[in-house]
Amino acid sequence: MSAQDIINLAYIAAAILFIYGIKMLGSAATARRGNIISSVGMLLAVVVTLLNKDIIGPNYLWIAVGIGIGALAGGLAAKLVKMTSMPEMVALFNGFGGLASLLVGWAEYEKIIARGMGWDAYLLQTGGNPYFTSTVIILAVLIGGVTFTGSMFAYGKLSGLIAGRARVFPGQKAINVLLLACIIAVGAIFTVQYNDLYIAHRLIVVVVGLSMLLGVMGVAPIGGGDMPVVISLLNSCSGLAAAIAGFVINNNVLIVAGCLVGASGLVLTVIMCKAMNRNIANVLFSGLGATVQKAGDGDQGEVKAISVQDAYYVLESAGNVIFVPGYGMALAQAQHVVRELGDILQENGTEVRYAVHPVAGRMPGHMNVLLAEANVPYEELVEMDDVNPTMPTVDVAIVIGANDVVNPAALEDEGSPIYGMPIINVHEAKTTFVLKRSLAAGFAGVQNGLFFMPNTCMLFGDAKASLSALIAEFKEG
Amino acid sequence: MNLILLLFIFTLAAFLGLELISKVPSQLHTPLMSGANAISGITIVGALLATGANEGGTLAMILGVVAVAFATVNVVGGYLVTDRMLAMFKKKEGDKK
Repeated sequence: MSAQDIINLAYIAAAILFIYGIKMLGSAATARRGNIISSVGMLLAVVVTLLNKDIIGPNYLWIAVGIGIGALAGGLAAKLVKMTSMPEMVALFNGFGGLASLLVGWAEYEKIIARGMGWDAYLLQTGGNPYFTSTVIILAVLIGGVTFTGSMFAYGKLSGLIAGRARVFPGQKAINVLLLACIIAVGAIFTVQYNDLYIAHRLIVVVVGLSMLLGVMGVAPIGGGDMPVVISLLNSCSGLAAAIAGFVINNNVLIVAGCLVGASGLVLTVIMCKAMNRNIANVLFSGLGATVQKAGDGDQGEVKAISVQDAYYVLESAGNVIFVPGYGMALAQAQHVVRELGDILQENGTEVRYAVHPVAGRMPGHMNVLLAEANVPYEELVEMDDVNPTMPTVDVAIVIGANDVVNPAALEDEGSPIYGMPIINVHEAKTTFVLKRSLAAGFAGVQNGLFFMPNTCMLFGDAKASLSALIAEFKEG
Repeated sequence: MNLILLLFIFTLAAFLGLELISKVPSQLHTPLMSGANAISGITIVGALLATGANEGGTLAMILGVVAVAFATVNVVGGYLVTDRMLAMFKKKEGDKK
């Protein structure tokens, strides 16, 4: 058995560890162990790769430099990031994975050129097919590039570096289609003209540039509230890019691991779309939230504001309370005070539950992570489908920074852009408190009829400050 | 033949992934995504080979080292941050008992 055979056997072992790891990530009891198992698989894959006989002695120094910088940056980022910033962190990591795959594809091509003999020597060594190799190189660059800049743009939107709203302009779809057509055309020429190294070498740089442009253009028309879908999709793309990079370098472990990630991202994308009752094309291209709808603005009735003290009296006598968190809770970093108020209510004999909408926040499961950080027990979290039937028996529903996911227009108003989206029916609760800074429309740009309902009371101000004031009332009272 | 074999593996792995992940409680969506994201850092293997087996192309070397660095951020950061999140879920279960 040659050294290369042993390396390939180790890759199989690594693939098995990834499969087990990702399977175990799907269940609460085993998730942490699953993550560790998959990291062992990764370590194994990296270590045996370093034993490859093709690696030239002096280059180990450069590898060490790359790993050192990356490990330091990644380790620090993972330790320091706040849980509320998790969506942008994941977006950033997604983008880096995509960039790495792009570079792997590109570097492989540079190697073909640098040998000086071009394809003949390369093909003799790898036994590949030039059309196939050049096609997968282009695909790796394309998917990696779109993932990279798309994720960076999403990161910018999520972290507030650039405005999170959707950006649409006339002809946007046409331009994107044209852009993709250009990339395919250039890619096709690259594949056919593989033997003309001079031309092909320039074409690959063009594809790198156009792919990166396409990533930005693709994410631009997607607004903040649709981010859970975008992040899931980019996650899927980063896996696919890795799998394609596997085709470039003829490596099975990349294909298997990349495919697993691609599939998991796709599953999450579908779950998120279902939770919004929209299809993926609608999310990607509609530019929802780019314009504020004025319809139904007129005779909504009056908004009732409530003072902290009055809210305290209502809560003090409430038999059961449901918290409905949204992105606003993350923005205000209010998860800890939410839990504190929940605890005080429980001591007061009130039943407390937390209802989480699947697309609340900016990534799948965003609210669950924040509530977990604040030590909210798992049994107190309820899913939308379980809580809605019990809503009429709820004394007080407290909406913290959620908007579109509690907008009754999704059920009633067929003209509304969010019509058909399942919501948490807080409007059926006996009393609803909405913690909000102002009456501004939600991400979808739709005015929320909930605010004007007779049983809704608005508690204006920063969610964290309002909750802290409520807690103070309880402590005094 | 090799090409077909690779496509064969790709197809099987795709179906395997869809089967494995079809049922995940919504509570675990974020850790699943960030854990899967760390796995997508497997492209580090390609980056290592691109850098290590390079016989003197300067540009290929630069591309390779940058790829290694970014893939390492993806791998190390991804696994650590996932573990941090899952530790919070774990702690909570400890409270219950």
